[in-house]
Amino acid sequence: MLLDVRRLSRHFGPITAVDDVSFAVDRGGVLGFLGPNGAGKTTTMRMIAGFLAPSAGTAIVCGADVGQDPVAVKRHLGYLPEGAPLYIDMTPAGFLEFVASVRRLHGGHRRQRIAEVVERMQLEGVWRQRIETLSKGYRRRVALAQAILHDPDVLILDEPTDGLDPNQKHEVRELIHAMAATKAIVISTHILEEVEALCNRAIIIARGRIVADGTPEELRARSDRHNAVTLRLAADLAQRATDVLRPLPDVAAVEMLAQSNGVADLLVRPASGRSITAEVGAALRTSHIDVDELHTERGRLDDVFRGITAVP
Amino acid sequence: MRNALIIARRELVAYFASPLAYVFIVIFLGLAGALGFYIGAFFARGQADLTSFFLFHPWLFMILVPAIGMRLWAEERRSGTIELLMTLPITPIEAVLGKFLAAWAFTTIALALTFPMWLTVNFLGQPDNGVIVASYVGSWLMAGAFLALSACISALTKNQVIAFVVGAAASFLFLMSGLDLVLDAFRAWAPGYLVDLVASLSFLTHFASVAKGVIGLPTVVFLVSLMLLCLFVNTQVIEIEKA
Repeated sequence: MLLDVRRLSRHFGPITAVDDVSFAVDRGGVLGFLGPNGAGKTTTMRMIAGFLAPSAGTAIVCGADVGQDPVAVKRHLGYLPEGAPLYIDMTPAGFLEFVASVRRLHGGHRRQRIAEVVERMQLEGVWRQRIETLSKGYRRRVALAQAILHDPDVLILDEPTDGLDPNQKHEVRELIHAMAATKAIVISTHILEEVEALCNRAIIIARGRIVADGTPEELRARSDRHNAVTLRLAADLAQRATDVLRPLPDVAAVEMLAQSNGVADLLVRPASGRSITAEVGAALRTSHIDVDELHTERGRLDDVFRGITAVP
Repeated sequence: MRNALIIARRELVAYFASPLAYVFIVIFLGLAGALGFYIGAFFARGQADLTSFFLFHPWLFMILVPAIGMRLWAEERRSGTIELLMTLPITPIEAVLGKFLAAWAFTTIALALTFPMWLTVNFLGQPDNGVIVASYVGSWLMAGAFLALSACISALTKNQVIAFVVGAAASFLFLMSGLDLVLDAFRAWAPGYLVDLVASLSFLTHFASVAKGVIGLPTVVFLVSLMLLCLFVNTQVIEIEKA
């Protein structure tokens, strides 16, 4: 395992910010770290990056223990802190040269690495401008360039797309996607579409504890709309359709979602979580009820997220 | 140590990237000259030495050195870059040392730029240049001690103004601890050896001889150990309270 987080906990006075969090990520793994603000995502990432000392537990990065050998951990790790802080007096050139020196990159390898991140992050145009004068998108790219400059095996990115416009978000995601195969990556976010687009595993954390852990599909399956069927049909057919579908053995409930301009939307919930699309389609055809639209809901991560993390 | 030098280089460049460096140097040179020439009565004394110039250094440093030291850590905390710095593969000691060395190098530059004073006195008479060199070394060490103190205080806060005010106040106490102003506050309750200890911490007492060109071993030991102590405390503060 490139990254192995073992029973991490962190207390701030009487407050437990992170409570017994464990997970592991190997090469090719992109782990989405989800949770409401204040759930402990940043604290966990700071502990892995060796910025905060854990109250209990530890993290192993490429075989190095962050408690015993933090410098070795930091050498293997690329870290993007929350909000992507930068030395705003410097230019991207000066800043990345500084990071390259601290990271012991020398000679041709150094030039090649710098050239590569400049190209990848498209920094040529702003290379000699003070970071202070750069747009948010460019600043984020400079911060990301810093994190991947030494081509680390493990990347910890704390809200890499936060505050960016949709195009910039897309770019950052493409970038993470391009690196995914060769690294172990952890990204924290509260944008759920990002998890679906990028991650092959998601952990939901609330009040410091892991409350869900699985692939995005598995998490979606926990949605109460998973495998439900939505129908759109003429409003005057809605009652007949409801009467036909409700008695079906696999159907738990039929709900009216909306009705306007003579069109009605129905939601048919499955009884067992199994797909019921075929049964619903067949029943409607036998009763000669014409449907404008019919599709299977895969479940929404949003619903699962809210269901698990909302404070009752 | 290599990392400390890399950090020092970045810090030193950062000083000159902001107007702070130029404002500081101009004001330091202006004040050092004006105080030495007018209040120190350089010409009226009719002696070819720089005593009247060095005599004011402790007072200048008391105000100006905390102005250099205040940003060292407070700014990193405020802007969040401390998280960037401390997640690079460096140890806290290297970071503390690097920042301190940069600030000290900067004060060295400012101090070195007072060389026209030295040229002037050599032009006007035949001063004892050994005395002047010793005074420069003493002044340089004292600036380092003030700076280590300011850096340590800067690490305790996010606010540069607080870092400056507290740094200047702490410098003032160290400066004056040989005088009754401070000592009387201790005499009331503290045992004699403690009063003596406080008195021995006084920069002014130590510097009185330095300005005359006598730089004794106790003074050097005092200044260097104060520097090391402050840097050690600074490191501990950074380790414990990074965010």
